[in-house]
Amino acid sequence: MRKVLILARRELSAYFYSPMAYVIAALFLLMVGVIFLWGVRVPFLKIEMEPVFRSGAEATLRPLFDVLAYGLAVVVPLLTMRLVAEELRSGTIETLMTAPVTDAAVILGKFIGAFVLYLLLLAATGVFFALIVVFGKPDWGVAGMGYLGMVLLGAAYISVGLFASTLTRHQLVAGLIGIAVLAFFTGGLYLVVLAVPAEYAQTVAKLNMITYFADFSRGVFDTRALVFFLTVTAFFLFISVKVLESRRWR
Amino acid sequence: MIEVKHLTKYYGRTLAVDDISFYIDAGSVVGFLGPNGAGKTTTLRMLTCFMPATSGSATVADYDVFSQSLQVRSRVGYMPENVPLYPEMRVREYLMFRAALRGLGHKRRSSAVDRAAERCWLAKPEDMMRRRIDQLSRGYRQRVGLADCLLHEPEVLVLDEPTIGLDPAQVREMRNLIRSLGENHTVILSSHILAEVEQICSRLVIISGGRIVAQGTSSELRRQVSGPSRVIVELKGGRPEQMAASVADVGGVLDVQHTRAGNWTRLTVQCAEEADLRQDVAALVTAKGYQLRELRREIGSLEDFFVQMTYEQTTRD
Repeated sequence: MRKVLILARRELSAYFYSPMAYVIAALFLLMVGVIFLWGVRVPFLKIEMEPVFRSGAEATLRPLFDVLAYGLAVVVPLLTMRLVAEELRSGTIETLMTAPVTDAAVILGKFIGAFVLYLLLLAATGVFFALIVVFGKPDWGVAGMGYLGMVLLGAAYISVGLFASTLTRHQLVAGLIGIAVLAFFTGGLYLVVLAVPAEYAQTVAKLNMITYFADFSRGVFDTRALVFFLTVTAFFLFISVKVLESRRWR
Repeated sequence: MIEVKHLTKYYGRTLAVDDISFYIDAGSVVGFLGPNGAGKTTTLRMLTCFMPATSGSATVADYDVFSQSLQVRSRVGYMPENVPLYPEMRVREYLMFRAALRGLGHKRRSSAVDRAAERCWLAKPEDMMRRRIDQLSRGYRQRVGLADCLLHEPEVLVLDEPTIGLDPAQVREMRNLIRSLGENHTVILSSHILAEVEQICSRLVIISGGRIVAQGTSSELRRQVSGPSRVIVELKGGRPEQMAASVADVGGVLDVQHTRAGNWTRLTVQCAEEADLRQDVAALVTAKGYQLRELRREIGSLEDFFVQMTYEQTTRD
């Protein structure tokens, strides 16, 4: 476990050594800021969303979180794409895997490193929540559940992104695979539900991460949702370890 | 210390290492010698647990590289070819990270890093340890890689092409360093330069086409090589065929070939093992009244042997 933390620390500091973390943080916060203060309006796609922060609105970050759940499907893979792919490209995988650490520790360390960065980004949205606290009376329970949902959703997204990163030595490819997989398990499944026969539609709908996230963002604590996110995270971490192990055999 | 039995590795359907076996004693410096693509790196990667063998087994310090991988890895310091390092880290930070990864405690970490840095001439200039790795020259990167291997005082050092890409002065430094490391560690290094391996290593393993073609100390190998010796004679005073025939009658001569060298005839005389027939040939030449311009004995060098061995192997494939 100590080695996991050592690996996580290196991973986290690697983010801050490169412009990557700053660029993504800026992108993320810009996105949040725009949604918060100006809302989103794309007449072409018939998307219309009032600003979260306006007089007379409910004092909650919920609409923001609902949009972020989709936005993060793009941002998180950008964050995780270098995790393993970069080691494969530069050859540092060789020194890493010949050090006395298990493959599981490597994956877990990388996951935690990226997860901590994600939590920092999420914490930055606290500024917007503080504004809501100052100008309104938010429901703390709903807000807490919303944040819990974001944390769990983030963990699941990161594990998917990390998995994508173990598949290739090209960061960009890893990023695109991650985005594609997440896009499928968020928005994509809505289309699948419409296409499949009615008797399967229910089952397919249950695979959609957004459905479970919606519970949290509504302020409902549902154990099924908790179990779902933890299982998805564990599953993708597990197959990441397996892919990394299988690299030895090729 | 290291025992390898019938190790074989296929990449897909390509055979990279073909049933090699060898044994390395503790405290020796062993050189893996072979042309590019001979299977040196693959063998070293299997010994350092980076990839498993297709078949066969290997043990390092009595631990099996496959089933007791973590024990092996904590006893081996491995410097891969081209020395991959994290470019964004600083030298000291990188070494501290690697020391932690090797399980060195907080207190021992710092002193281990200082010691390894001192050993690999990283302590000077003073700001070296604070420099970013991507700003280091090739020579310094190599030293960082080597310092990394030494952090946990491993029993076995595995260095893949440790001198490749260094300038001549650095090559000499690196060789001296490796030789001095051989006093406390078992060292395996790979190279495709014979002279280098001969200088540093107490034992040589010549590998080609995935197979071991010869192994032993350099003098053992030389003895194998120098088996048949040759005498080169240049003379005139008769018809070439006739002169060749008369030299062939000397006792101990196996074969004589003649070529023209201007007005002179050059005879290449193959002698039986270990024989030195210069005196006999000289006596014959004087007796026949030929004029003599050159008379020398040639012993096959290790270089010839190496090239011949690896050449045979490649032409056979």
